[in-house]
Amino acid sequence: MTLDSLTFGQPATIVAISDTDALLEMALREIGFAERDTVELMHTGPLGRRPLCFRLNETLVALRLDEARAITIELAE
Amino acid sequence: MTVLADDRTREEQPAAEAGTRRMVALVGPPNCGKSTLFNGLTGGRSKVANYPGATVEVRAGAMTLPSGREITLYDLPGIYGTASRSKDADVALEVIGGQSATVSRPDLLLVLVEAATLRTHLHTVLQAREFGLPMIVVVNMIDLAERDGLEFDLDALSREIGVPVVACRATRSAGRAALVEEVEARLDDLESARPNLDETIPLKTLQAEARRMAKAAIVSEPLGNMMTRKLDRVLLHPFAGPLILFSLLFLVFQAVFSWATPLMDGIEAGMGLLQTSVATLLPEGWLADLLTDGIIAGVGSVIVFLPQIVILFSFILLLEASGYMARAAFLMDELMMRVGLNGRAFIPLLSSFACAIPGIMAARVIGSERDRITTILIAPLMTCSARLPVYTLLIAAFIPPTSVGPFGLQGLVMFGLYMFAVISGVTVAFVLKRTLTAGGVQPLILELPSYKVPNAGDFFAGLWMRASAFLRRAGTIILATSIGLWFLASYPASAGSLRETFAGQIGALIEPILAPIGFNLEIAIALIPGFAAREVAVGALGTVYAVQGGEENIQGLAAVLQNAWSLPTGLAFIAWYVFAPQCFATLATMRRETNSWAWTGFGFAYLLGLAYIAAGATYWIASALV
Repeated sequence: MTLDSLTFGQPATIVAISDTDALLEMALREIGFAERDTVELMHTGPLGRRPLCFRLNETLVALRLDEARAITIELAE
Repeated sequence: MTVLADDRTREEQPAAEAGTRRMVALVGPPNCGKSTLFNGLTGGRSKVANYPGATVEVRAGAMTLPSGREITLYDLPGIYGTASRSKDADVALEVIGGQSATVSRPDLLLVLVEAATLRTHLHTVLQAREFGLPMIVVVNMIDLAERDGLEFDLDALSREIGVPVVACRATRSAGRAALVEEVEARLDDLESARPNLDETIPLKTLQAEARRMAKAAIVSEPLGNMMTRKLDRVLLHPFAGPLILFSLLFLVFQAVFSWATPLMDGIEAGMGLLQTSVATLLPEGWLADLLTDGIIAGVGSVIVFLPQIVILFSFILLLEASGYMARAAFLMDELMMRVGLNGRAFIPLLSSFACAIPGIMAARVIGSERDRITTILIAPLMTCSARLPVYTLLIAAFIPPTSVGPFGLQGLVMFGLYMFAVISGVTVAFVLKRTLTAGGVQPLILELPSYKVPNAGDFFAGLWMRASAFLRRAGTIILATSIGLWFLASYPASAGSLRETFAGQIGALIEPILAPIGFNLEIAIALIPGFAAREVAVGALGTVYAVQGGEENIQGLAAVLQNAWSLPTGLAFIAWYVFAPQCFATLATMRRETNSWAWTGFGFAYLLGLAYIAAGATYWIASALV
C-alpha cells in the first residue's frame, strides 16, 4: 500500500520511494523520508481531509495525496 | 539573484585584507536556528539586502573571535540538500559552490542540524561534505532535545563523519562558546576540518549511512516532543484549527487598529507641538512654511503609523518563530490549491500584509514558476502596511466610531477591507490560473517544526530591522516628496489658488480622468507623489490641505477631509487604495523577481484597472444611496 491510504493510529514502515518522478523522489528523501523509517498519520487538513500530516521519525511533514502516493509502506506489526 | 547590501564595500577592500578576513557560512535545513545563531554570533550587527523576508536573503555580519580576529559570517537560506528546487535554495547553493557574483565563496561551513531531528536530517550534513569545503557540524538546540530526554554521543558522530562536531545552544552565549572556540581553532588549520570525500554518493545510500550513524550518536531517544503533539491536537484540528487561525488573524488586525491608537495620538500631539513651536520661533516666511507645512506635516503624517507597523510585524515575527506559520500553511493548503495557489504561497502573501516587497521576494520558496508568478501578481493586493496610514485616516474621517457588539465599527471596516483584499486576490489568482498562468501543480512537502518559545533577541533584532527600514523611507523618499510637493503646491508665488500652483497644473491634467470616479483636484495631486510610496499620499494630503487651509492644519487632517470631501468620495478613495499599484519599489521588485517587463506591465495594468473600476463603482453606488 502507499502512504496516502494510511489511517490514524496505524504506524507503518517505509518500504520504497518511487523513482518515477526523480525530482519528487529527491525532494522526499531530502526532507527525510527513507526506507525502514517509521511513519504515522497525525493530522489531516480541514478541507476534504487534505493535505496529510505525517510523523516521520521525530519530525512532522505535510504532503498532498500525490506526494504520499509515491511512498510505499507496510503496516507495522 | 541576491544582492548583498555590502557587496560594494567588499569589492573595494584591498586584496590583501580580503585574503586574511575569513568567510564563514551557516547552512542547514529550515527551522534549525540558523538566524538565531547568526544574531548571537554577530551581536545582531548585519547588513541585509533591501527588505528581509524570513531568511530569503543572504545576510552578512561581522563576528569577532575571542582572539580579536574578525571574520565575516553569512546566514544562508535553509536547504535540505544539494538538489536545487527553488530560487531560495539556488541562492544558498550558488554561494556555497562559489558561483555567486556578489558573495565570495566561504572558507568554512557551519552545518547546522537541530538536535531533536538529528536522525531525519543527518543526511543533509553528509551531503554537505560534497561541497568539498572545510566544515564544522553544529548540533543546535541541544538543550531542547535533552529536555525531551534525548542523549547524544557527539564524539562518536565526529569520528563517523570525519569532521568536527560541536553541541550548541544558539540562544545563550555560554551555549555558543564551544562553537566559537572550535571556529577559532579550525580557521588556522582549515584542512583539519575538510571532509575526506572524493565521490558523489547517491542520496539513498547516504540516508542509510546517516541512519546507521544516528544509531551510534543517539544514545537514548524518547517518543518525541509531547508538547508539540498536544498543541497540534488542537491547533491542527479540522474544525478548531481553522477557527483559531481565523481568530488569530482577526486579533492581529484589531490589535493593529486599536492598540496602536494611544501611541499614535501621542506622536500626533508631539508633531502638532513641534509645528506650533516652529511657527512661533521662526519668523513668518517660506522657511517656516517649508518646515511646518512641508516637512513636519508630510513626514509626521507617515511616522505616526510606526506603532501599527511595529504591532503587525511583531505578530508576523512571533508566528514565524513559534512554528505556527508552517501550520497556517498546512491549514490553508487545500483552500489555496483550489483557488490555484500553493500552500507555500501563504507565507509570502501573509508577509505582503506588512509589505509586498518581502512578500514578492519570499515567493522564491515556491518552486513552480507559474505558481510563483501568480503569487507575485497578487501579492500587491494583500493590504500592505503602507496602506494602513491611508485607511486609518479615511476611516477616522468617514466611518463613525460607534460600536457593533463588542467591536468598534472602525475596526470592523478595517477588517472588512483586509478581507475584501484577500477575496480579490483569491479571485484574481483563480482567473489567472485558468488563463495566463495555467499549468502543473507543485508538490507540497512541508516540514512542521516543533513549537518553540520565540527568542527575545531574534524578535527585537527582526523588529528593529523592519522598523528602521520604515523610518529610513520616512527620512528619504517621504522627506523628499514632502519637500517637493510643498514646493509644487506653494509656487509660483503669484498663484492665488491651488489650481494655479505647479501641483494644481499637474493635477489638473489627470483630474478629468479621475473626476468620473469622484476624485477632486486635491486627490489628483496627492496621487502623484503617492506613486513613490503609498503612505506618501497621506502626507501629500496633509501638505495640500495645510497649504490651502492655512489655519486649518491645527485640526486633525481627518476633520479637514470630513469637511472637504463628500462621503462617496471618501469611500471611493478607500476602494481605490485596495487595488492601486501605487508604489514604485513594489513594481521594481516585481520586475526583478519575474525578470519580465511583460508580467510587470500586466501587474501594473490590471491593478490600475481594478482600482479605477472599484473606486468608480463605490462612488456611484454610494452617491445613489446617500
